[in-house]
Amino acid sequence: MTDTRLLRCCSASGCRSAGSEALLHALRDACGDACAENLAIKPVGCLRLCGRGPLVARDGPDGTVLYGGVPPEHAGELVAAAAGADETASLAGHRLDPGDPFFALQKAVVLEGCGRVDPESIDDAMAQGAYGQLRRCLLELSPEQVREEVRRSGLRGRGGAGYPTGLKWDTVALQPPGPRYLVCNADEGDPGAFMDRSVLESDPHRLLEGMAIAAYAVGAERGYVYVRAEYPLAIERMRLALKQARGKGVLGRGIFGTGFELSIEVRVGAGAYVCGEETALLLSIQGQRGMPRVRPPYPAQKGLWDAPTLINNVETYTAVPAILREGGDWFASMGTEGSKGTKVFALSGAVRNTGLVEVPMGTSLRTVVEEMGGGVPDGGAVKAVQTGGPSGGCIPAHLLDTPVDYESLRELGSMMGSGGMVVMGETTSMPEVARHFMRFSVNESCGKCLPCRAGTVQLASLLDRFVERRAVPDDLERLASLCGMVQATSLCGLGQAAPNPVLSTLRYFRGEYEAACRAPDRCEPRTVCVLPEEEESRP
Amino acid sequence: MPTGTRERGAKAPAASLSAAEIARRRIDQVVRRNGGRADALIEVLHQVQEIHGYLPLEALEQVARGLQLPLSRVHGVASFYHLFRLEAPTAHRCAVCLGTACFVKGGAELAAHLEERLGVRLDDPAGNGEWAVQHVSCLGACGQAPVLVVDGELATKLPIDDPEELDRRLDATGMPTAAAPR
Repeated sequence: MTDTRLLRCCSASGCRSAGSEALLHALRDACGDACAENLAIKPVGCLRLCGRGPLVARDGPDGTVLYGGVPPEHAGELVAAAAGADETASLAGHRLDPGDPFFALQKAVVLEGCGRVDPESIDDAMAQGAYGQLRRCLLELSPEQVREEVRRSGLRGRGGAGYPTGLKWDTVALQPPGPRYLVCNADEGDPGAFMDRSVLESDPHRLLEGMAIAAYAVGAERGYVYVRAEYPLAIERMRLALKQARGKGVLGRGIFGTGFELSIEVRVGAGAYVCGEETALLLSIQGQRGMPRVRPPYPAQKGLWDAPTLINNVETYTAVPAILREGGDWFASMGTEGSKGTKVFALSGAVRNTGLVEVPMGTSLRTVVEEMGGGVPDGGAVKAVQTGGPSGGCIPAHLLDTPVDYESLRELGSMMGSGGMVVMGETTSMPEVARHFMRFSVNESCGKCLPCRAGTVQLASLLDRFVERRAVPDDLERLASLCGMVQATSLCGLGQAAPNPVLSTLRYFRGEYEAACRAPDRCEPRTVCVLPEEEESRP
Repeated sequence: MPTGTRERGAKAPAASLSAAEIARRRIDQVVRRNGGRADALIEVLHQVQEIHGYLPLEALEQVARGLQLPLSRVHGVASFYHLFRLEAPTAHRCAVCLGTACFVKGGAELAAHLEERLGVRLDDPAGNGEWAVQHVSCLGACGQAPVLVVDGELATKLPIDDPEELDRRLDATGMPTAAAPR
């Protein structure tokens, strides 16, 4: 590696929208023949700091230098610097400090290949080890041994609920003989989450390898990757990766000369958040309306076409090759007692550094948001951090020292969710945040069960009253009791979790709701607006 | 591939066919390419929408016949998913992201600005006849919030606090400055 000179240019959608394609062209033009000899220019996946795109990494004998926000006009200088010339002052202005906590505190496991492999080249991926663990599993390990390794790793579902992955694989594997299916949930619908998108766009072969290992471990021969239609580049790269994998014989019949066969297809969603719920997703793959059904039976018992179906999230499958390579114990040595390994978070909102961070479980929110994220731009204070999307909640600033793991976040009334972390500064009004999520839930409710279909509408209109400062004190009680009803009686996890953003903001920012009740002249006329003194309003 | 030659063969007499007939033939091809399988319904609808720009009733009827499904099932699926349009869209479309990161960064103000600039109401598919503005729940471009998509092109980090610069950025997307009713 030491004498290769390489410019890695991010080609994932974040940097693309910031002009990375034009930059890549300019780099290639500027490079000309030099490229063939001692300098290579490679499009790669996510280099993490999406907010500063387009990003370019320059690898040389003296290590790696990262640049952000590079305009195409600087391509010549960048190529010259990569070839060994002195860095110009204007280029130096685009340098990003690799010692910054944003980069230094990352621990790449799932994102190992993101930013290193060319997402459109299976040869490059294989040169960096892709499908090596699949080969080893097929040739050296029994399905039971593979599952044992995953169990030892302590890996839990990265889609949000945190079900132990090894246990799920065992459940599917131990069903009565017959066909089994494999599904990858890439319907990343939580606003504020873009981890899965980055993996699909940056390192699709690692995901496919993880899926193939899982298929071997549970005995499935057909699989689907269900990607949301809002991610066109991810779909394109996934389809290309599948075609290349078939061409290389790492998917299809007789993989690595064994009797194992696996075919995988991409299925594209059509804009329904509820399809991220597993039973709805399965119906959508079968060409139907995505409406959740009651569990049990769980998909592991009865899934696609009533056959046992293993369904895991993108990040879960993508963690598998590294777990097999380094061993389950290695993975389990990272993280906390109940939450092992690393987790990828998508950091956005009122924070200086936006992008992807992968850190060991148990890292505190403060480390992620303030140290790595660099805090609120303009030096303001963090008011809250929203995790878990519309099913999660807002964690207030005074609880930022909480370690990030499944249980701690749940205790705070939020949840891990898929890993979106939206930072809110002091100007963000919490009742407005709650209404934002409730409107989302109104839009996305599938309509099957009444508590969610009608309850979210009622909750949204109650929240309107707080946002528009025409609520009466009784509305607070109404809000809390309706939240309880929707939570207790909705059919699926999405409905049950829809009140979470309201409940968590009520819990930590009750004062903002109370303040919204205090303009007597604007109260609804039909209700007597009793303006309580400060103390009396509390029960 | 054999389908390639068949497609080319089918195109030869197409010059004399009506546009409606061409669309019908293309939908038949879509159904065939998907093996006439009922579980491919969503994929088929995506491809039909590419042909027409939306899903007209006749096309849904044709898909139902082709996949041997009741029309109610086809219509039920088409109306369930947000990305399927049952009405003809306006010539130009803008989707403004109201995801959480965009919300924190002023997505709602951006939507209001677009409503005013184009003389449309958010999420009114008819728009001003020429342009319509819809919301999307999240485009996964949260690191560059606030964002919007104009006719398929993503525009990022829109400067909400600087109306003049914002208008310049919107001008660059090809969006007209005033309502252009027809």
